[in-house]
Amino acid sequence: MASAVNTADHAATNSDEVVFYLEDEHEHAEGSSTALGFWVYLMSDCLIFAILFAIYGVLGTSYAAGPGPQDLFELELVAVNTAMLLFSSITYGFAMLQMDKGNVRATQLWLAITGVFGLCFLGIELYEFHHLIEIGATPQRSAFLSAFFTLVGTHGLHVTFGIIWLVTLMVQVNMHGLIPANRRRLMCLSMFWHFLDVIWIGVFTFVYLMGMLR
Amino acid sequence: MPESSPLLTAIFGRLTFESFPIHEPILIVTFIVVALGGLGLIYALHRYRLWGFLWREWFTSVDHKKIGIMYMVLGIVMLLRGFADAIMMRLQQALAFNGSEGYLNAHHYDQIFTAHGVIMIFFVAMPLVTGLMNFVVPLQIGARDVSFPFLNNFSFWMTAAGAIIIMISLFVGEFAQTGWLAYPPLSGIQYSPGVGVDYYIWGLQVAGVGTTLSGINLLVTIVKMRAPGMTMMKIPVFTWTSLCTNVLIVATFPVLTAVLVLLSLDRYVGTNFFTNDFGGNPMMYVNLIWIWGHPEVYILVLPAFGIFSEVVSTFSGKRLFGYTSMVYATVVITILSYLVWLHHFFTMGSGASVNSFFGITTMIISIPTGAKIFNWLFTMYRGRIRFELPMMWTVAFMLTFVIGGMTGVMLAIPPADFVLHNSLFLVAHFHNVIIGGVLFGLFAGINYWFPKAFGFKLDTFWGTLSFWFWVVGFWVAFTPLYVLGFMGVTRRLRVFEDPSLQIWFQIAAFGAFLVACGIACFLIQIAVSVMRRDKLRDTTGDPWNGRTLEWATASPPPDYNFAFTPVIHDNDAFADMKKRGYKRPLEGYRAIHMPSSTGTGVFIAALSVALAFGLIWYMWWLAALSFIAILAVAIAHTFNYHRDFHIPAETVAATEASRSKLLATVAGH
Amino acid sequence: MPPFLRRLISLAILPALLLLGGCNFVVMSPSGDIAAQQRDLIIISVVLMLIIIIPVMVLTVVFAMRYRASNTDAPYDPDWDHSTQLELVIWAIPLLIIICLGAVTWMGTHLLDPYRPLDRIDAARPVAADTKPLEVNVVALDWKWLFIYPEYGIASVNELAAPVDRPIQFRITSSSVMNSFYVPALAGMIYAMPGMETKLHAVINNPGDYEGFSANYSGHGFSGMRFRFHGLDQAGFDGWIAKAKAEGGSLQRPDYLELERPSENVPVQYFATVDPLLFNAIRNFCVEPGKMCMSEMAMIDAKGGTGLAGLNNLLPLTYDKDARRGSIFGSEPTFVANICTIEEALAAGQADPSKPASIVDRTPLRGMSLPRPGTGSVNPSLSQTFGSLRPSNS
Repeated sequence: MASAVNTADHAATNSDEVVFYLEDEHEHAEGSSTALGFWVYLMSDCLIFAILFAIYGVLGTSYAAGPGPQDLFELELVAVNTAMLLFSSITYGFAMLQMDKGNVRATQLWLAITGVFGLCFLGIELYEFHHLIEIGATPQRSAFLSAFFTLVGTHGLHVTFGIIWLVTLMVQVNMHGLIPANRRRLMCLSMFWHFLDVIWIGVFTFVYLMGMLR
Repeated sequence: MPESSPLLTAIFGRLTFESFPIHEPILIVTFIVVALGGLGLIYALHRYRLWGFLWREWFTSVDHKKIGIMYMVLGIVMLLRGFADAIMMRLQQALAFNGSEGYLNAHHYDQIFTAHGVIMIFFVAMPLVTGLMNFVVPLQIGARDVSFPFLNNFSFWMTAAGAIIIMISLFVGEFAQTGWLAYPPLSGIQYSPGVGVDYYIWGLQVAGVGTTLSGINLLVTIVKMRAPGMTMMKIPVFTWTSLCTNVLIVATFPVLTAVLVLLSLDRYVGTNFFTNDFGGNPMMYVNLIWIWGHPEVYILVLPAFGIFSEVVSTFSGKRLFGYTSMVYATVVITILSYLVWLHHFFTMGSGASVNSFFGITTMIISIPTGAKIFNWLFTMYRGRIRFELPMMWTVAFMLTFVIGGMTGVMLAIPPADFVLHNSLFLVAHFHNVIIGGVLFGLFAGINYWFPKAFGFKLDTFWGTLSFWFWVVGFWVAFTPLYVLGFMGVTRRLRVFEDPSLQIWFQIAAFGAFLVACGIACFLIQIAVSVMRRDKLRDTTGDPWNGRTLEWATASPPPDYNFAFTPVIHDNDAFADMKKRGYKRPLEGYRAIHMPSSTGTGVFIAALSVALAFGLIWYMWWLAALSFIAILAVAIAHTFNYHRDFHIPAETVAATEASRSKLLATVAGH
Repeated sequence: MPPFLRRLISLAILPALLLLGGCNFVVMSPSGDIAAQQRDLIIISVVLMLIIIIPVMVLTVVFAMRYRASNTDAPYDPDWDHSTQLELVIWAIPLLIIICLGAVTWMGTHLLDPYRPLDRIDAARPVAADTKPLEVNVVALDWKWLFIYPEYGIASVNELAAPVDRPIQFRITSSSVMNSFYVPALAGMIYAMPGMETKLHAVINNPGDYEGFSANYSGHGFSGMRFRFHGLDQAGFDGWIAKAKAEGGSLQRPDYLELERPSENVPVQYFATVDPLLFNAIRNFCVEPGKMCMSEMAMIDAKGGTGLAGLNNLLPLTYDKDARRGSIFGSEPTFVANICTIEEALAAGQADPSKPASIVDRTPLRGMSLPRPGTGSVNPSLSQTFGSLRPSNS
């Protein structure tokens, strides 16, 4: 907008030649709004998580005379899980660094590692869910478990879509290289991935740690 | 379905022959009419070989102007459905006295009032508001299109898909019988085991995706795509209100999405968020749905306020009084709208301090709203007011809306709400603000911007007739409801015991009939205008002596909106240009970069309808297939890297030259 | 005046004329003191708001008339768009009115809080210190109302009676979905919600036969969910109790489970004897034998649940008044089995089992100069302004 302000200033000081239009095409470069748009989308997604956290906050102690967090959660497993997601965020960061250097192969490698960490995270989460359901701590057992499964499951669903997206992007980078469109997409996925990391830190603290302290 | 075979259940889920309402004569007749109309339309499209044209030029178009117009068409079509529900309710309530059951059974009647509320808010008011914003905002800020043109097309089709899902419920199965907000436990699987609530959930979820994305899109458009020189305090007021509305959309629709997800989990998976047993808490739903629901009211009314601001200033031939305070009032309303949700359930036993807090915050909203009314008033002061149709709607709004505002503040006083809550007084109040505020605003906006969209004005005779039928009809229909509220009559009743109430319901039904005439006149107005378009032609692009940028370009605007990007010096940009002797540039055209059309939005929306249908009827194969197909189409779409093209400079020159010729003929006369 | 405006004005007068017609405006002329005070608030607020509404409407018409395009005598000032003084005024006037209204709201909301025990019978008579309010336990069923009188050990369906000028304390709950308990002549409504208990304090001042109903849509039989409310003198009320005792059957838990099945347009019924713990069991969702009460569940949950053993504490649902279906992907319907008996559980849920549940004033008055009920006096200037809202026993 710098040029715009200049024209306007110019117009104000010299009213004889007020400029009412730009002679050159005023390009909004393709994708110039994408970062903001994606950011706004993330905030709306964040709101969904906020609601799920709020629901968990209200219903998280309604065990319906069933088991509570201490009886169910295995903190060691969750710690490993958290590490997986945190590592995946770091490796995604390395992928972005390589992207900035224009190094396609290294970018792809780091993206693949990120994906593997993401899959490990999902695997551990599915194992945890499976275990809970097997012993009878199903989402139907109590409002607490409903809220727990929904909050953690929604995060897991996001990670799943993140991995599908990641694979798609790897194919696209493979096809077209690190062209601006792909860089923009990698940037969006990066924001998405780190966003999920932040949400998970909330889940880890609010659901698991505070649940064990209760 | 004990006798149905496992195979049939696997294929059709819970859909059986009994799901089709063949025993409801009203629905059969409706179906025949709709089917015949649909066939006639299809035949006409086929006869005049319009399919390809529609597909290429409209359905797949990413042009914000065409998408805006499609939103408006959707809203008007759904208005007919929503109004049919309204008049059926009014008839039922006018008839069901002295032991008469009326003509609707409870099952049917309960669906009707639920559908009326859902359709009028989600599929009439929202598409009309979004349509106007879509059409006007990029023109007002001097942009070529919105930030994400494909997303815009996709948003529209998701909204349309939601409307289609709701319409399917009319003929296949049933709609929710829960009231438009579907409070649990009533909407839970235990008390509503049928498909009605599932139609409700998936209709709103699919449309909600569209609304949220369109909110993000317009929000980013207004922030990023403004013409040079248009600082925040030079944005036209309609665009300002649109900005606030879209902030509200982005910040509230996810809440609705989350709440409906939880409700559907309760219904499908048997979780216990809002159930009575196992620690569930129905109050959570009520709180959360109103955290969305109250800002929703402002989502609808803020753009209407913006329209009135544009109209009052244009037709008074004056700058808008108190532009700055108008903007701040809008922002204050936006923020405060989050702090009032509890006033929808004062009567659910919150403590007095909580109730008074929310009552008082609600009243505080009336301060900026009052300031707005005064600003419009003082815009008229020392103006030269031309009473064209948009201005007539505006004056009717000002006189109607203050009453609705007053009754709203009455309801905001908790002890008064204890006696008026859920009464017909409440019904009259929110119709007073939604019809008197939003709908009058939309009619003002339609009459105001129609020449910009189509290049000819709307007929004034039928427009005036429609105006009078609407305004008189509104008051005749809803004054009795205010009265009945004071007589302690509650809403959603199907039969009545006290015969002395009947006369009031009969008056209200007559009022609804007048409104029906108003709608008919509006449709005739459009038809007549189309037929007489040569006489009503707007060749100048500026039929009202407008003040904002959209009037600077041709009517209808070329695909690229503006041949040259305008530079803004004043919040009444075009009035400023006219005053300072702006001359339309006639040469030096450049090629213009534009987004290309795509059918992806249509495909994903159609698949979403299939997905929703599968989920509603438990046809899991259909749900799974369509979900995978949605993913596949979406991913395939991302492999298309060629999403834009350039309009060559010669084409721009030719388009502008034909406009010059048109302008010259006007000057010649 | 443009012709369309003239028509608009005549239109605006129409509703006013309609309002003058005589009708049974029960909300505006109620028979109970609480409803009367609520009515007063409506009137005060309307008057306050008309201070601004009427000038706005008049100015709209006057400006529209005077500055119409055809009136070229009127001044025209196309660039006049700002006046600091005027803007101050147009923000200040609504602000002042809302400040007044806010004060009225704050006081009115606290004084008319349905949870607050009454301190006056009407504007002239305070509640005597030794008055015991009439207790009525209200249950919204599908689709009828059950009224239990613990003091008299009787119950009735779709008929409510109370002696005039004796404070009534309603405890309200619902067996299934949300309803709203509303007798317009008596007092404002309050929701009846499953698993929750709301309270309403009210008094009826004039004898009569009034209408009551559910004011929140609750499903198929909602329209028929009405009852009569009889305001009776003491003799009449005693007669009504005697009638219920003479005519009525017995309402024990099995009878209740039969009664709560959905039914529509139910005629009046009486019960001469009622299980004294029935209301608490309904409120805690444990009328069915073997089901854990919500109060017991809350106690257990507060101590962290029952651990993994609690996972098996489920029994398949056998009784089901709605022939409900479970969710398609959910397990078969079950319920949590109780650990102690209903009596023990209900007793455990109370703060102090040795005493009956006492009425706790959940909203102590904190507004300036507002006394707690039954104590202190009101600031005289405020009491003059808002006389109708003032507790009368000062």
